[in-house]
Amino acid sequence: MTKLLPMNRRSFLQTTAAGAAAIGLAPSLFATPAAAQAALTVGFIYVGPKDDYGYNQAHAEGAAVIKAMSGVTVVEEENVPETVDVQKTMESMINLDGASLVFPTSFGYFDPHMLAMAEKYPDVQFRHCGGLWQEGKNPMNTGSYFGYIGQGQYLNGITAGYASKSKKIGFVAAKPIPQVLQNINSFLLGARSVDPAITCQVIFTGEWSLAVKEAEATNALIDQGADVITCHVDSPKVVVETAAGRGAFVCGYHANQSPLAPEKYLTGAEWAWGNVYTKFVTEAQAGTPLGNFVRGGLKDGFVKMSPLGPAVSAEARTKFDATLADMMKGSFSVFKGPIKDNKGGDAVTAGQTLAEDAIELESMAYLVEGVVGSTS
Amino acid sequence: MEDTGIGLWGVPLAIFAGAIRVSTPFIFVSLGESITERSGRINLGLEGTLVFGAMTAYAVAVMTNSPWLGVLAAMASGAVFGLIHGWICKFPKVNDIAIGIAMMQFGLGLAFFLGKSFIQPVAPRLPSIPLGGWSDLPQIQSALNINVLFVIGALLAVALWWAFKNTRIGLILRVVGDSSDAARAMGLNPDTVRLLATAVGGSFAAVGGAYLSLYYPGSWNEGISSGQGLMAVALVIFARWNPIGCFLAALLFGGAGALGPALQSVGVTQGYYLFYAAPYVLTLVILVATSSPTRSLAGAPGALSITK
Amino acid sequence: MTIEVNTPALSPLSASSGNFRPILEWVARRAEPVAISLGAILAGLALFSIFIAVVGKSPIDLFKLMYTGGFGSWFSIQNSLSRAAPLLLTALCVALPARLGLVIIGGEGAVVLGGVAAAAAALPLTGSVSPIVVLPVMAIAGMIMGGIWIGITGLLRHYRGVNETIASLLMAYIAIALMNHFIEGPLRDPASLNKPSTAPLPPEYLLGAIPGMDVNWGLVIGILACIVSWILIEATSFGFAARIAGGNVRAAQIQGLPVGRLIVGFTALAGSFAGLAGMIEVAAVQGSANASLAAGYGYTGILVAFLARHNPLAIIPVAILLGGIDASGGLIQRRMELPDATVLVLQGTLFVVILLCETFYGRFKIFNPDLWKTPVLKRGTV
Repeated sequence: MTKLLPMNRRSFLQTTAAGAAAIGLAPSLFATPAAAQAALTVGFIYVGPKDDYGYNQAHAEGAAVIKAMSGVTVVEEENVPETVDVQKTMESMINLDGASLVFPTSFGYFDPHMLAMAEKYPDVQFRHCGGLWQEGKNPMNTGSYFGYIGQGQYLNGITAGYASKSKKIGFVAAKPIPQVLQNINSFLLGARSVDPAITCQVIFTGEWSLAVKEAEATNALIDQGADVITCHVDSPKVVVETAAGRGAFVCGYHANQSPLAPEKYLTGAEWAWGNVYTKFVTEAQAGTPLGNFVRGGLKDGFVKMSPLGPAVSAEARTKFDATLADMMKGSFSVFKGPIKDNKGGDAVTAGQTLAEDAIELESMAYLVEGVVGSTS
Repeated sequence: MEDTGIGLWGVPLAIFAGAIRVSTPFIFVSLGESITERSGRINLGLEGTLVFGAMTAYAVAVMTNSPWLGVLAAMASGAVFGLIHGWICKFPKVNDIAIGIAMMQFGLGLAFFLGKSFIQPVAPRLPSIPLGGWSDLPQIQSALNINVLFVIGALLAVALWWAFKNTRIGLILRVVGDSSDAARAMGLNPDTVRLLATAVGGSFAAVGGAYLSLYYPGSWNEGISSGQGLMAVALVIFARWNPIGCFLAALLFGGAGALGPALQSVGVTQGYYLFYAAPYVLTLVILVATSSPTRSLAGAPGALSITK
Repeated sequence: MTIEVNTPALSPLSASSGNFRPILEWVARRAEPVAISLGAILAGLALFSIFIAVVGKSPIDLFKLMYTGGFGSWFSIQNSLSRAAPLLLTALCVALPARLGLVIIGGEGAVVLGGVAAAAAALPLTGSVSPIVVLPVMAIAGMIMGGIWIGITGLLRHYRGVNETIASLLMAYIAIALMNHFIEGPLRDPASLNKPSTAPLPPEYLLGAIPGMDVNWGLVIGILACIVSWILIEATSFGFAARIAGGNVRAAQIQGLPVGRLIVGFTALAGSFAGLAGMIEVAAVQGSANASLAAGYGYTGILVAFLARHNPLAIIPVAILLGGIDASGGLIQRRMELPDATVLVLQGTLFVVILLCETFYGRFKIFNPDLWKTPVLKRGTV
């Protein structure tokens, strides 16, 4: 459980004026100019609560990493809806807190909100989690970052494949958008690499966070025979607890939920945003331009896997480690043809391989064969 | 490689299981509100009371490691909310429907504020009675894994129904609810009776909230309620203030709520949002069908402001 | 026969204040709502301060931050105005039916469906028709949709006796489900991959900002709507009839007033304002209809309407006040490490206290206009 460092920002800001002057003097006081860390205020905006055991918590944990860096002040705001509110929040951070690097972490913040603010404040850097930053179309003081967490779901699928006795696995999904569909497909493909007869059932709750629906969906999946469950919702806490309570195995997502179900937790695909934020902040402090289209997977430390749980067999562990090693070398692709979709058409043709950064993945609209469910 | 799914039987089973699982908060809130409304007051603030009760139960359960202490704490907090509502509504010119909405906002805000540090910790769960041991199918076992609060709620419904008809307290309640003047003529103080009735109603609603956070879905966060408190008030009217009617209406609502995911699980995936609207549509349709502009609602307490 | 209500302490005043008495009477009548409302707000703030102190933070710091965040700089003022703009319209959705005695809390449903209808109406027109035509078409589509949605509630209330509060709330939930269905299904823009939305409006079709300000035209539209509503209620016979019906439906019916038409008309009008708010959110802020339409404007509008005692002109300052409170919420979160729910607690407290203070109307003698009236007969005469 992360305990965010307490900091009295008000008193810090009151002394910032003096502090900024001191830092300005610092290069002449120290022998090496590089010893002075530029004072940087970084703003984080979350769409939900910071401690949701899921999406927002993963970002907050990343923010906690950079709070510990010298010269860095972090201001955070949570529960900011994707309306004009977030524009005003960004402006407030820029004008009143002096933020020069802002991370709006929810997908819906990108267009039009972050783009509008980026135009208005060209000296401030904005980096968005997940959005599709396009060169030439979007301003250079914006950019996007994301992780290839599909790789993580593939690895989840491997452990699920070995753990499932009924050969049915289940996925509780929020909305049928490409990132979610890619996770569902990766999960099944990973399980099928163990046993090609495995099927995965998906239920869409329709909302990113709706506890009762998530619990109902989990129960419905288990009633239909699924014995390993994973999910893509903002806060997997309810799914993990409900599934484990019914005796099914769980694979985690976003963050490490193993404390909630120590016996049934196989592994989990987690974000490691701390690495990403550290890189951005270091670049900002050094004055070098920040990357605009930043992507990475397990290999680059953007994504990590939870430690394997007690229910993972030795055989599963071997295959898991081997595949993980391949991914770390960069020589593994989840979507390697031929793959059919679950309506009978061709998703990936024979001989075709979709690399992690293939543009087709960002617009995925199908479910692969073996997934029971439909996108609409 | 055995197929442990149950195919299309999943749908009626899910409706049945959902009716039991999802209905329990509705049962408690509607029973509490039926007491309050029988005394002639409407309390729309139960949504806030429910969420605050959920938070209180979770927090106390985390701190004391006992879910039942959490339930008791929730009952106390619900009673306090009810008392505040009842006390404010005593004053002349105060619109009790508006006060209900205000208390709802207040309760929600306070619950979210105080509950911030309890989103992460895990609380012990309320126990359930496994009534499905006779079956081999895990699905039936799970569906019949009935929570203790559901059983209590069912018994409470019967008890209240009997009490309204046959006990002195029930009579006092009904008289106060039908006519303040008649009550005063009998030597009763209608304000005091309504105050107590609202407090009891609030404590029941808070128990409904405790169920949400301590059993199903069994977690505390800010999205825990999807309007159960307000729906339950509608259910009371629909059930004509009859506690057993409230119980059955709650079951109906719970079953309708489980429809969406259950249908998806058997392959009916088109338009799932429309299925998620099913409980609300059902309530509205039934409300429309059973209301009438000319006759006052049969069985309505005369002093209830919505029927004037 | 005039019964004098003179108290000894005041009789010297009334004896000597010859020409000022009609003014005093006018002031007394108007002062009551202002004084009691102000008193209620102060009392609510006081209670909230106690709460903050108990939690361990300084109320003074909090109020200073609220001022800074809400009104302390031009940026803050614009922030507050931006947030107030939709509230003006959604508050009307509650206030107008309230004058008829109806409590409608389902404005959120009208907002989201109004937004969807506006976006849908724009779909076939963008690119080929000029914005001067498209924007009014969108507004009309939004208003019609919102008007229908809340009008149904009024219909159900009058013709079926269904409680409008509960019905409007149920309709709001249904509306949100419908919105999601349409946005992710039939109306979905295929290019809106990770956030299902309708096709985005090209920039020239967006409702821009008021020149010189960072606030969109929705603010002006909202203020105009409030003024129009006030004129409607206070200065037209339709409004007059509504106020009578609101006081006593039975009496109104006996008088022959068309209560049914009044109810349906007012609820439809109220809903059309909320639908307009949805259209503005689409055309001025989001650029398309998506799930962010359900941002709670309808629910905050309930609070604004009750705080303003359902007076459309009073809605304007109250909406700005609440916009300011909302605007300061972010600053409070960041500087004082209080959760965002702090603002909710404040709003809830104010709401409860304001409603409670309704009971003080008519209780303070000083506000009784008769006290200040010119006495027709001298004291002692009957």
